[in-house]
Amino acid sequence: MSKVKHTKSNPRDVNRRQFLASSAKAGCVMGLVGLGITATATQSRQLDSLAIRPPGALGEDDFLSACVRCGLCVEACPYDTLKLARWFDGAATGTPYFTARNIPCEMCEDIPCVKVCPSGSLDHGLEKIEEAKMGIAVLIDEKNCLNFKGLRCDVCYRVCPLIDDAITLERQHNQRSDHHAMFLPTVNSDTCTGCGKCEHVCVLEESAIRILPAHIALGKTAEHDTYINTEETTLEMLNKGLSL
Amino acid sequence: MNDSSKAGFAQAAIDELGWWRAHKFLFLRRASQLSVLTLFAIGPWFGLWILKGNLSSSELLGTVPLSDPLVTLQVLMTGHIPELTLILGALFITVFYVIAGGRVFCSWVCPVNLVTDSASWLRRKMNLPRLGEMPRNLRYYLLGLVIVLPLLTGITVWEWVNPVPILYRAVLFGAGSGLWILLAIFLLDLFISERGWCGHLCPTGAMFALFGKLSPVKVSAVNAKACDNCMDCFDVCPERQVLKPALKGKQMMITDSDCTQCGRCIDVCAQRVFQYQNRIALKAENNQ
Ligand code: SF4
Ligand code: SF4
Ligand code: SF4
Ligand code: SF4
Ligand code: SF4
Repeated sequence: MSKVKHTKSNPRDVNRRQFLASSAKAGCVMGLVGLGITATATQSRQLDSLAIRPPGALGEDDFLSACVRCGLCVEACPYDTLKLARWFDGAATGTPYFTARNIPCEMCEDIPCVKVCPSGSLDHGLEKIEEAKMGIAVLIDEKNCLNFKGLRCDVCYRVCPLIDDAITLERQHNQRSDHHAMFLPTVNSDTCTGCGKCEHVCVLEESAIRILPAHIALGKTAEHDTYINTEETTLEMLNKGLSL
Repeated sequence: MNDSSKAGFAQAAIDELGWWRAHKFLFLRRASQLSVLTLFAIGPWFGLWILKGNLSSSELLGTVPLSDPLVTLQVLMTGHIPELTLILGALFITVFYVIAGGRVFCSWVCPVNLVTDSASWLRRKMNLPRLGEMPRNLRYYLLGLVIVLPLLTGITVWEWVNPVPILYRAVLFGAGSGLWILLAIFLLDLFISERGWCGHLCPTGAMFALFGKLSPVKVSAVNAKACDNCMDCFDVCPERQVLKPALKGKQMMITDSDCTQCGRCIDVCAQRVFQYQNRIALKAENNQ
């Protein structure tokens, strides 16, 4: 098509000026849109920290960069454990999570949910389901737990797939009645997989034992902390002539 | 033109060709969009697994991986190296649309198209005036943004709001609470900017338009001389700026990759101006 020639100003200048102006405008709009989307994302991310992810899930930050929200893991799970999060569901929209109290993970031997994940946000390196760390069970309410009251409920203990390993009953003298023992359900955070079966079966109206994501359930010593091996450290301090 | 518009939109084409031929590609397109969705949905609904997953990433018959190239690119931009299946899936989809025509995705597969087409249909019914247009290249800026944000934030932020998978997840997994985004798009298209979402903003559509640049499949104004300026194709085309060069210019073929290859212009034209054509085959013929 032929261009109409303007006599006064050079049309190429006008075009360039228009182009720059519209680009600048578009740039500003995009900046705002970018901020908006990022704000929405980071906002809803605050909700995520309590979400219990499928077995093999990367750490929350890496998980959020990797998961493409395809739902293949959800469809692979034979027990309907996994759900895709809806808006404001307590996890980033479209990412998989589960609510142990409703349907816990059955710890399938062949881990079908991990196998199908195309993005690797569920780590294919996880080969034994016993090594999964979906979360850590924490006996969160010692006041209402029936075993802490001196009764022998033991339900959480008995349902655990890693009974006497991930969860044990620790015998303790009952100071209230003075002649009974209490058997306190105690979770070993090294072996607990976070499958949530204990939380699922707890007989109380609200479970006294709950699965928390590892980053919330576990304490952490600082990198530079040398007091990890107490015995060695004590000897070292004695050798150096420091007072204890 | 005037009496036909009084009688209803595209009445001339219906009179001339019959209702079916004046709606053929619209009908086929709806059938295609709904069948893709159905093939996904019969899995979780009835346990018939032909396609597993959703448009973001899926498995065809339990073996062939398919994934959205834009989602895959976002994951790569965060620095995460995904499983090979995701990358292969993205390659398959890219190759398919480079051949079939990029925005064929928009008109024949994307579920959001159902929403925006109905907004535009309602707009035509209600005779709403055309307000100021947004620039059409906004979508390319948005595409750039969607690719750069994961680099800056480390997360695939766009997937929080992307309406395409949101609609799929709502149907397949009952995750309906994101649907307000689709309502927002519907209202935007209806009251604020005609074809506002698909025609000006959607970064997925922008990416597919880039893929479609090389595609052999094009709509062509083979019979441009017969055009009687009824403007029906302009009224119905979601990217009407692509029509003028073909109708008025020297070049018959609609080469602009913004054309969604929806074929509605073929449907509504009583004069049968338009046709699907294969430009590679045509070129070969002309060279003989
Ligand atoms: S291990 Fe089995 S039960 Fe647990 S989430 Fe995966 S598929 Fe479901
Ligand atoms: S299969 Fe992997 S990428 Fe897909 S939703 Fe599950 S965790 Fe996310
Ligand atoms: S979550 Fe409960 S049931 Fe599962 S391994 Fe840990 S202690 Fe056992
Ligand atoms: S432009 Fe986007 S929303 Fe519209 S049809 Fe295409 S992919 Fe779907
Ligand atoms: S030119 Fe025709 S095929 Fe292309 S988008 Fe417009 S109506 Fe659809």
